[in-house]
Amino acid sequence: MLLVDWLYVGVFVVVGIIMAALPLAIVWLLAPRVDYPQKYTTYESGVVPFGQAWAQFNVRYYLFSLVFVIFAVEVIYLYPWAIVFRQIGKYAFYSMTVFLVILLLGLIYAWRKGALEWV
Amino acid sequence: MVSWPLEILKAIGLAAVIFTFLAVVAAMFGVLLERKIGGWIQSRLGPKHVGPQGLFQTLADTLKLLQKEHIQPRAADRAIFNAAPLIVAVAGLMSWVVIPFGTLGERVLVVRDLNIGIVFFAGMASMTVIGILAGGWSSNNKYSLLGGLRSASQMVSYELPLGMALVAVAMEAGTLSTVGIVRAQDGWFGSFVFRQFPAFVIFLIAATAEVNRVPFDLPEAESELVAGYFSEYTGMRFALFQLGEYGEMFAMAAMTATLFFGGWKGPILPPLVWFLLKMYVVVFFLMWVRWTYPRYRLDQLLNLSWKVLLPAGLVWILITGYRITF
Repeated sequence: MLLVDWLYVGVFVVVGIIMAALPLAIVWLLAPRVDYPQKYTTYESGVVPFGQAWAQFNVRYYLFSLVFVIFAVEVIYLYPWAIVFRQIGKYAFYSMTVFLVILLLGLIYAWRKGALEWV
Repeated sequence: MVSWPLEILKAIGLAAVIFTFLAVVAAMFGVLLERKIGGWIQSRLGPKHVGPQGLFQTLADTLKLLQKEHIQPRAADRAIFNAAPLIVAVAGLMSWVVIPFGTLGERVLVVRDLNIGIVFFAGMASMTVIGILAGGWSSNNKYSLLGGLRSASQMVSYELPLGMALVAVAMEAGTLSTVGIVRAQDGWFGSFVFRQFPAFVIFLIAATAEVNRVPFDLPEAESELVAGYFSEYTGMRFALFQLGEYGEMFAMAAMTATLFFGGWKGPILPPLVWFLLKMYVVVFFLMWVRWTYPRYRLDQLLNLSWKVLLPAGLVWILITGYRITF
Protein backbone atom coordinates (compact mmCIF):
# COMPACT_ATOMS: atom_id res chain seq x y z
CA MET A 1 0.00 0.00 0.00
CA LEU A 2 3.01 2.23 0.53
CA LEU A 3 3.64 2.42 -3.20
CA VAL A 4 0.01 3.43 -3.83
CA ASP A 5 0.35 6.19 -1.22
CA TRP A 6 3.28 7.74 -3.02
CA LEU A 7 1.63 7.22 -6.39
CA TYR A 8 -1.09 9.57 -5.15
CA VAL A 9 1.51 12.10 -4.05
CA GLY A 10 3.18 11.95 -7.45
CA VAL A 11 -0.11 12.29 -9.32
CA PHE A 12 -0.98 15.27 -7.12
CA VAL A 13 2.22 17.04 -8.15
CA VAL A 14 1.60 16.43 -11.84
CA VAL A 15 -2.10 17.30 -11.80
CA GLY A 16 -1.37 20.33 -9.62
CA ILE A 17 1.10 21.70 -12.17
CA ILE A 18 -1.30 21.06 -15.05
CA MET A 19 -4.28 22.63 -13.26
CA ALA A 20 -2.17 25.64 -12.26
CA ALA A 21 -0.90 26.07 -15.80
CA LEU A 22 -4.41 25.86 -17.25
CA PRO A 23 -5.44 29.45 -16.42
CA LEU A 24 -2.11 30.60 -17.85
CA ALA A 25 -3.08 28.92 -21.13
CA ILE A 26 -6.45 30.69 -21.05
CA VAL A 27 -4.65 33.97 -20.50
CA TRP A 28 -2.44 33.22 -23.49
CA LEU A 29 -5.59 32.88 -25.60
CA LEU A 30 -7.58 35.79 -24.20
CA ALA A 31 -5.19 38.49 -23.10
CA PRO A 32 -4.16 41.37 -25.34
CA ARG A 33 -0.51 41.94 -26.19
CA VAL A 34 0.60 45.52 -26.53
CA ASP A 35 4.32 46.09 -26.83
CA TYR A 36 6.30 49.08 -25.76
CA PRO A 37 9.74 49.09 -24.16
CA GLN A 38 8.87 50.84 -20.89
CA LYS A 39 6.48 48.07 -19.99
CA TYR A 40 9.29 45.62 -19.52
CA THR A 41 11.42 47.66 -17.18
CA THR A 42 11.76 46.57 -13.58
CA TYR A 43 9.45 48.27 -11.11
CA GLU A 44 11.24 50.57 -8.73
CA SER A 45 8.60 52.96 -7.41
CA GLY A 46 8.36 54.75 -10.73
CA VAL A 47 11.97 55.80 -11.20
CA VAL A 48 14.36 54.29 -13.74
CA PRO A 49 15.85 51.21 -12.05
CA PHE A 50 19.28 51.73 -10.57
CA GLY A 51 21.57 48.80 -11.31
CA GLN A 52 20.55 45.17 -10.87
CA ALA A 53 19.08 43.39 -7.91
CA TRP A 54 21.53 40.55 -8.49
CA ALA A 55 24.34 42.22 -6.68
CA GLN A 56 26.30 41.02 -3.70
CA PHE A 57 23.85 41.04 -0.87
CA ASN A 58 24.61 40.61 2.80
CA VAL A 59 22.22 37.96 4.08
CA ARG A 60 22.38 38.94 7.69
CA TYR A 61 20.63 35.95 9.14
CA TYR A 62 23.12 33.38 7.83
CA LEU A 63 24.06 32.42 11.39
CA PHE A 64 20.41 31.63 12.06
CA SER A 65 20.40 29.41 8.99
CA LEU A 66 23.41 27.48 10.29
CA VAL A 67 21.74 26.92 13.65
CA PHE A 68 18.57 26.00 11.77
CA VAL A 69 20.31 23.15 9.93
CA ILE A 70 21.41 21.60 13.23
CA PHE A 71 17.99 21.86 14.82
CA ALA A 72 16.12 20.70 11.73
CA VAL A 73 18.15 17.48 11.77
CA GLU A 74 17.41 17.17 15.46
CA VAL A 75 13.66 17.46 14.94
CA ILE A 76 13.86 14.67 12.36
CA TYR A 77 15.53 12.48 15.00
CA LEU A 78 12.72 13.28 17.42
CA TYR A 79 9.93 11.88 15.21
CA PRO A 80 10.89 8.18 15.39
CA TRP A 81 11.49 8.53 19.11
CA ALA A 82 8.10 10.19 19.61
CA ILE A 83 6.39 7.14 18.12
CA VAL A 84 8.16 4.37 20.02
CA PHE A 85 9.11 5.87 23.40
CA ARG A 86 5.93 4.51 25.01
CA GLN A 87 6.94 0.93 24.27
CA ILE A 88 10.57 1.34 25.29
CA GLY A 89 9.73 3.12 28.53
CA LYS A 90 12.07 4.92 30.90
CA TYR A 91 15.26 4.14 29.01
CA ALA A 92 14.00 6.00 25.93
CA PHE A 93 12.97 8.97 28.02
CA TYR A 94 16.35 9.28 29.76
CA SER A 95 18.38 8.94 26.58
CA MET A 96 16.27 11.51 24.81
CA THR A 97 16.56 13.84 27.81
CA VAL A 98 20.34 13.71 27.47
CA PHE A 99 20.05 14.44 23.76
CA LEU A 100 17.65 17.37 24.28
CA VAL A 101 19.70 18.85 27.10
CA ILE A 102 22.82 18.81 24.93
CA LEU A 103 20.86 20.63 22.25
CA LEU A 104 19.47 23.12 24.75
CA LEU A 105 23.03 23.79 25.92
CA GLY A 106 24.02 24.30 22.29
CA LEU A 107 21.21 26.78 21.86
CA ILE A 108 22.27 28.62 25.01
CA TYR A 109 25.86 28.65 23.73
CA ALA A 110 24.79 30.15 20.40
CA TRP A 111 22.65 32.65 22.27
CA ARG A 112 25.47 33.71 24.60
CA LYS A 113 27.89 33.97 21.67
CA GLY A 114 25.52 36.43 20.05
CA ALA A 115 24.59 34.24 17.09
CA LEU A 116 20.92 34.95 17.78
CA GLU A 117 21.31 38.71 17.70
CA TRP A 118 20.23 40.78 14.74
CA VAL A 119 23.35 42.74 13.82
CA MET B 1 -3.76 -6.64 -5.58
CA VAL B 2 -4.15 -3.05 -6.56
CA SER B 3 -5.30 -2.13 -10.01
CA TRP B 4 -2.89 0.58 -11.07
CA PRO B 5 -4.91 2.28 -13.84
CA LEU B 6 -7.87 2.58 -11.49
CA GLU B 7 -5.72 4.04 -8.71
CA ILE B 8 -4.17 6.52 -11.11
CA LEU B 9 -7.60 7.61 -12.36
CA LYS B 10 -8.82 7.98 -8.78
CA ALA B 11 -5.75 10.03 -7.90
CA ILE B 12 -6.21 12.30 -10.91
CA GLY B 13 -9.88 12.79 -10.06
CA LEU B 14 -9.18 13.59 -6.43
CA ALA B 15 -6.37 15.98 -7.30
CA ALA B 16 -8.61 17.82 -9.76
CA VAL B 17 -11.47 18.01 -7.25
CA ILE B 18 -9.25 19.29 -4.43
CA PHE B 19 -7.53 21.81 -6.66
CA THR B 20 -10.89 23.15 -7.81
CA PHE B 21 -12.09 23.22 -4.21
CA LEU B 22 -9.01 25.22 -3.25
CA ALA B 23 -9.39 27.64 -6.14
CA VAL B 24 -13.08 28.28 -5.44
CA VAL B 25 -13.47 27.91 -1.67
CA ALA B 26 -10.03 28.90 -0.41
CA ALA B 27 -8.81 31.42 -2.96
CA MET B 28 -11.99 33.04 -4.33
CA PHE B 29 -14.30 32.96 -1.36
CA GLY B 30 -11.44 33.04 1.11
CA VAL B 31 -10.41 36.43 -0.27
CA LEU B 32 -14.02 37.59 -0.17
CA LEU B 33 -14.38 36.38 3.41
CA GLU B 34 -11.17 38.14 4.32
CA ARG B 35 -12.38 41.42 2.81
CA LYS B 36 -15.80 41.12 4.41
CA ILE B 37 -14.32 40.39 7.83
CA GLY B 38 -11.82 43.21 7.33
CA GLY B 39 -14.69 45.53 6.52
CA TRP B 40 -16.65 44.38 9.53
CA ILE B 41 -13.70 44.83 11.91
CA GLN B 42 -12.88 48.27 10.54
CA SER B 43 -16.53 49.45 10.54
CA ARG B 44 -16.94 49.64 6.79
CA LEU B 45 -18.90 47.58 4.33
CA GLY B 46 -16.36 45.72 2.23
CA PRO B 47 -17.26 44.57 -1.29
CA LYS B 48 -20.95 45.17 -1.91
CA HIS B 49 -21.81 45.83 -5.53
CA VAL B 50 -21.11 42.69 -7.57
CA GLY B 51 -23.93 40.24 -6.97
CA PRO B 52 -26.00 40.06 -3.78
CA GLN B 53 -23.94 41.61 -0.94
CA GLY B 54 -20.84 41.53 -3.15
CA LEU B 55 -20.88 37.74 -3.29
CA PHE B 56 -19.46 37.56 -6.80
CA GLN B 57 -16.74 40.15 -6.29
CA THR B 58 -13.81 37.75 -6.41
CA LEU B 59 -15.40 35.79 -9.24
CA ALA B 60 -15.43 39.01 -11.25
CA ASP B 61 -11.84 39.69 -10.20
CA THR B 62 -10.78 36.28 -11.48
CA LEU B 63 -12.52 36.86 -14.81
CA LYS B 64 -10.75 40.19 -15.05
CA LEU B 65 -7.36 38.69 -14.23
CA LEU B 66 -7.88 36.07 -16.94
CA GLN B 67 -7.95 38.88 -19.51
CA LYS B 68 -4.83 40.61 -18.30
CA GLU B 69 -1.58 40.54 -20.22
CA HIS B 70 1.42 38.70 -18.82
CA ILE B 71 4.23 41.14 -18.36
CA GLN B 72 7.65 39.68 -17.88
CA PRO B 73 10.35 42.20 -16.99
CA ARG B 74 13.25 42.19 -19.44
CA ALA B 75 15.76 41.80 -16.62
CA ALA B 76 14.06 38.77 -15.08
CA ASP B 77 15.30 35.20 -15.24
CA ARG B 78 12.76 33.72 -17.63
CA ALA B 79 12.56 30.07 -16.59
CA ILE B 80 12.57 30.58 -12.83
CA PHE B 81 10.22 33.56 -13.09
CA ASN B 82 7.67 31.36 -14.86
CA ALA B 83 8.11 28.36 -12.59
CA ALA B 84 7.74 30.21 -9.28
CA PRO B 85 3.94 30.71 -9.25
CA LEU B 86 3.42 27.09 -10.24
CA ILE B 87 5.60 25.89 -7.35
CA VAL B 88 3.64 28.00 -4.88
CA ALA B 89 0.28 26.82 -6.21
CA VAL B 90 1.31 23.15 -6.15
CA ALA B 91 2.73 23.53 -2.63
CA GLY B 92 -0.64 24.90 -1.55
CA LEU B 93 -2.30 21.79 -2.95
CA MET B 94 0.10 19.15 -1.61
CA SER B 95 -0.64 19.62 2.10
CA TRP B 96 -4.20 18.50 1.47
CA VAL B 97 -3.10 14.96 0.65
CA VAL B 98 -2.95 14.03 4.33
CA ILE B 99 -5.83 16.06 5.77
CA PRO B 100 -8.85 13.96 6.79
CA PHE B 101 -12.11 15.71 5.95
CA GLY B 102 -14.52 13.45 7.76
CA THR B 103 -16.03 10.01 7.67
CA LEU B 104 -18.56 8.36 5.43
CA GLY B 105 -19.88 5.34 7.28
CA GLU B 106 -16.75 3.39 8.16
CA ARG B 107 -14.49 5.06 5.63
CA VAL B 108 -12.39 8.10 6.42
CA LEU B 109 -12.48 10.81 3.79
CA VAL B 110 -8.82 11.44 3.24
CA VAL B 111 -6.85 11.39 0.01
CA ARG B 112 -4.17 9.14 1.47
CA ASP B 113 -3.56 8.28 5.08
CA LEU B 114 0.25 8.42 4.78
CA ASN B 115 2.07 6.72 7.62
CA ILE B 116 4.32 9.76 7.98
CA GLY B 117 1.36 12.17 7.69
CA ILE B 118 2.46 15.14 9.76
CA VAL B 119 6.10 15.00 8.66
CA PHE B 120 4.85 15.08 5.08
CA PHE B 121 2.65 18.03 5.98
CA ALA B 122 5.53 19.97 7.53
CA GLY B 123 7.64 19.30 4.45
CA MET B 124 5.00 20.44 2.03
CA ALA B 125 4.18 23.51 4.11
CA SER B 126 7.76 24.69 3.82
CA MET B 127 7.86 24.03 0.08
CA THR B 128 6.04 27.32 -0.51
CA VAL B 129 9.15 29.20 0.47
CA ILE B 130 11.08 27.70 -2.46
CA GLY B 131 8.55 29.21 -4.86
CA ILE B 132 8.58 32.52 -3.00
CA LEU B 133 12.36 32.70 -2.97
CA ALA B 134 12.50 31.70 -6.64
CA GLY B 135 9.96 34.38 -7.54
CA GLY B 136 11.67 37.02 -5.45
CA TRP B 137 15.12 36.34 -6.81
CA SER B 138 14.21 35.82 -10.46
CA SER B 139 12.25 39.09 -10.71
CA ASN B 140 15.54 40.97 -10.47
CA ASN B 141 13.73 43.59 -8.47
CA LYS B 142 15.14 44.86 -5.21
CA TYR B 143 11.83 44.77 -3.37
CA SER B 144 11.16 41.24 -4.57
CA LEU B 145 14.60 40.04 -3.56
CA LEU B 146 14.14 41.48 -0.08
CA GLY B 147 10.70 39.89 0.16
CA GLY B 148 12.05 36.51 -0.88
CA LEU B 149 14.94 36.67 1.57
CA ARG B 150 12.66 37.70 4.39
CA SER B 151 10.42 34.79 3.61
CA ALA B 152 13.42 32.45 3.78
CA SER B 153 14.45 33.88 7.15
CA GLN B 154 10.94 33.30 8.41
CA MET B 155 10.89 29.72 7.19
CA VAL B 156 14.27 29.08 8.78
CA SER B 157 12.97 30.36 12.11
CA TYR B 158 9.43 29.05 12.35
CA GLU B 159 9.94 25.65 10.79
CA LEU B 160 11.52 24.49 14.05
CA PRO B 161 8.80 25.48 16.54
CA LEU B 162 6.26 24.01 14.10
CA GLY B 163 8.20 20.76 14.05
CA MET B 164 8.46 20.75 17.86
CA ALA B 165 4.71 21.20 18.22
CA LEU B 166 4.14 18.35 15.77
CA VAL B 167 6.52 16.11 17.71
CA ALA B 168 4.63 16.82 20.94
CA VAL B 169 1.35 15.90 19.24
CA ALA B 170 2.89 12.75 17.78
CA MET B 171 4.08 11.76 21.26
CA GLU B 172 0.61 12.24 22.69
CA ALA B 173 -1.07 10.26 19.90
CA GLY B 174 1.68 7.70 19.41
CA THR B 175 1.40 7.93 15.64
CA LEU B 176 2.34 10.24 12.78
CA SER B 177 -0.74 9.49 10.69
CA THR B 178 -3.29 12.30 10.72
CA VAL B 179 -6.20 9.85 10.87
CA GLY B 180 -4.56 8.14 13.83
CA ILE B 181 -4.16 11.48 15.58
CA VAL B 182 -7.85 12.28 15.17
CA ARG B 183 -8.75 8.77 16.41
CA ALA B 184 -6.57 9.33 19.49
CA GLN B 185 -8.70 12.30 20.54
CA ASP B 186 -11.76 11.05 22.39
CA GLY B 187 -14.64 13.13 23.62
CA TRP B 188 -14.71 16.83 24.33
CA PHE B 189 -11.82 16.98 26.75
CA GLY B 190 -9.80 14.42 24.86
CA SER B 191 -9.02 17.04 22.22
CA PHE B 192 -5.32 17.76 22.22
CA VAL B 193 -5.98 21.47 22.67
CA PHE B 194 -6.39 20.69 26.37
CA ARG B 195 -3.59 18.19 26.95
CA GLN B 196 -1.24 19.91 24.51
CA PHE B 197 -2.14 23.54 25.03
CA PRO B 198 1.43 24.93 24.82
CA ALA B 199 2.00 22.91 21.64
CA PHE B 200 -1.23 24.38 20.28
CA VAL B 201 -0.07 27.95 20.95
CA ILE B 202 3.34 27.28 19.43
CA PHE B 203 1.78 25.60 16.41
CA LEU B 204 -0.68 28.44 15.81
CA ILE B 205 2.01 31.13 16.00
CA ALA B 206 4.43 29.18 13.83
CA ALA B 207 1.68 28.37 11.33
CA THR B 208 0.78 32.04 11.03
CA ALA B 209 4.42 32.79 10.33
CA GLU B 210 4.77 29.93 7.84
CA VAL B 211 1.90 31.19 5.72
CA ASN B 212 3.29 34.77 5.88
CA ARG B 213 0.27 36.38 7.46
CA VAL B 214 0.05 39.41 9.71
CA PRO B 215 1.76 39.93 12.17
CA PHE B 216 4.45 38.02 10.26
CA ASP B 217 3.75 39.32 6.74
CA LEU B 218 7.19 40.84 6.24
CA PRO B 219 7.77 39.15 2.86
CA GLU B 220 4.82 41.08 1.44
CA ALA B 221 4.75 44.19 3.59
CA GLU B 222 2.70 46.40 1.25
CA SER B 223 3.85 49.57 2.91
CA GLU B 224 7.58 48.98 2.56
CA LEU B 225 8.15 46.40 -0.17
CA VAL B 226 5.11 47.04 -2.41
CA ALA B 227 3.93 43.41 -2.30
CA GLY B 228 7.47 42.06 -1.98
CA TYR B 229 8.13 38.83 -3.83
CA PHE B 230 5.27 39.21 -6.29
CA SER B 231 5.74 42.88 -7.19
CA GLU B 232 6.64 41.96 -10.78
CA TYR B 233 3.88 39.41 -11.33
CA THR B 234 0.80 40.41 -13.25
CA GLY B 235 -2.60 38.94 -13.99
CA MET B 236 -3.09 35.24 -13.52
CA ARG B 237 0.42 34.58 -12.20
CA PHE B 238 -0.29 36.96 -9.36
CA ALA B 239 -3.54 35.07 -8.81
CA LEU B 240 -1.61 31.79 -8.62
CA PHE B 241 0.50 33.22 -5.82
CA GLN B 242 -2.69 34.20 -4.04
CA LEU B 243 -4.13 30.75 -4.64
CA GLY B 244 -1.07 29.08 -3.17
CA GLU B 245 -1.09 31.39 -0.19
CA TYR B 246 -4.75 30.91 0.64
CA GLY B 247 -4.54 27.18 -0.07
CA GLU B 248 -1.71 26.99 2.41
CA MET B 249 -3.58 29.07 4.96
CA PHE B 250 -6.67 26.88 4.76
CA ALA B 251 -4.44 23.82 5.00
CA MET B 252 -2.87 25.19 8.17
CA ALA B 253 -6.32 25.89 9.59
CA ALA B 254 -7.47 22.41 8.65
CA MET B 255 -4.36 20.94 10.25
CA THR B 256 -4.96 22.91 13.45
CA ALA B 257 -8.49 21.51 13.54
CA THR B 258 -7.17 18.01 12.90
CA LEU B 259 -4.35 18.04 15.42
CA PHE B 260 -5.89 19.97 18.27
CA PHE B 261 -9.68 20.09 17.91
CA GLY B 262 -10.43 16.48 17.11
CA GLY B 263 -10.80 16.88 13.33
CA TRP B 264 -14.14 15.54 12.13
CA LYS B 265 -15.37 14.46 15.57
CA GLY B 266 -18.40 16.02 17.17
CA PRO B 267 -21.97 15.25 18.19
CA ILE B 268 -25.20 15.39 16.12
CA LEU B 269 -23.89 17.14 12.99
CA PRO B 270 -22.24 15.07 10.22
CA PRO B 271 -18.42 14.69 10.50
CA LEU B 272 -17.70 16.74 7.38
CA VAL B 273 -19.71 19.66 8.76
CA TRP B 274 -17.81 19.51 12.05
CA PHE B 275 -14.51 19.49 10.21
CA LEU B 276 -15.44 22.53 8.09
CA LEU B 277 -16.81 24.33 11.13
CA LYS B 278 -13.59 23.85 13.09
CA MET B 279 -11.49 24.80 10.08
CA TYR B 280 -13.45 28.00 9.54
CA VAL B 281 -13.16 28.97 13.19
CA VAL B 282 -9.38 28.84 12.84
CA VAL B 283 -9.53 30.67 9.50
CA PHE B 284 -11.62 33.35 11.15
CA PHE B 285 -9.12 33.59 13.96
CA LEU B 286 -6.25 34.09 11.50
CA MET B 287 -8.23 36.81 9.71
CA TRP B 288 -9.17 38.45 12.96
CA VAL B 289 -5.49 38.63 13.91
CA ARG B 290 -4.63 40.03 10.50
CA TRP B 291 -6.98 42.97 10.83
CA THR B 292 -6.09 43.67 14.43
CA TYR B 293 -2.32 43.56 14.86
CA PRO B 294 0.51 45.57 13.32
CA ARG B 295 3.52 43.93 11.68
CA TYR B 296 6.58 42.66 13.54
CA ARG B 297 10.05 44.00 12.86
CA LEU B 298 12.42 41.37 11.47
CA ASP B 299 14.61 41.21 14.58
CA GLN B 300 11.55 40.92 16.82
CA LEU B 301 10.28 38.11 14.65
CA LEU B 302 13.55 36.19 14.89
CA ASN B 303 13.73 36.81 18.64
CA LEU B 304 10.24 35.47 19.21
CA SER B 305 11.06 32.28 17.37
CA TRP B 306 14.58 31.56 18.62
CA LYS B 307 14.41 32.85 22.16
CA VAL B 308 10.84 32.07 23.12
CA LEU B 309 9.17 29.44 20.95
CA LEU B 310 12.15 27.15 20.33
CA PRO B 311 13.22 26.72 23.99
CA ALA B 312 9.56 26.48 24.99
CA GLY B 313 9.04 23.74 22.40
CA LEU B 314 12.06 21.76 23.61
CA VAL B 315 11.00 22.04 27.23
CA TRP B 316 7.44 21.09 26.38
CA ILE B 317 8.63 17.95 24.60
CA LEU B 318 10.52 16.97 27.75
CA ILE B 319 7.49 17.66 29.94
CA THR B 320 5.22 15.65 27.67
CA GLY B 321 7.72 12.80 27.63
CA TYR B 322 7.97 12.85 31.41
CA ARG B 323 4.20 12.88 31.86
CA ILE B 324 3.61 9.98 29.51
CA THR B 325 6.52 7.85 30.70
CA PHE B 326 5.83 8.13 34.42
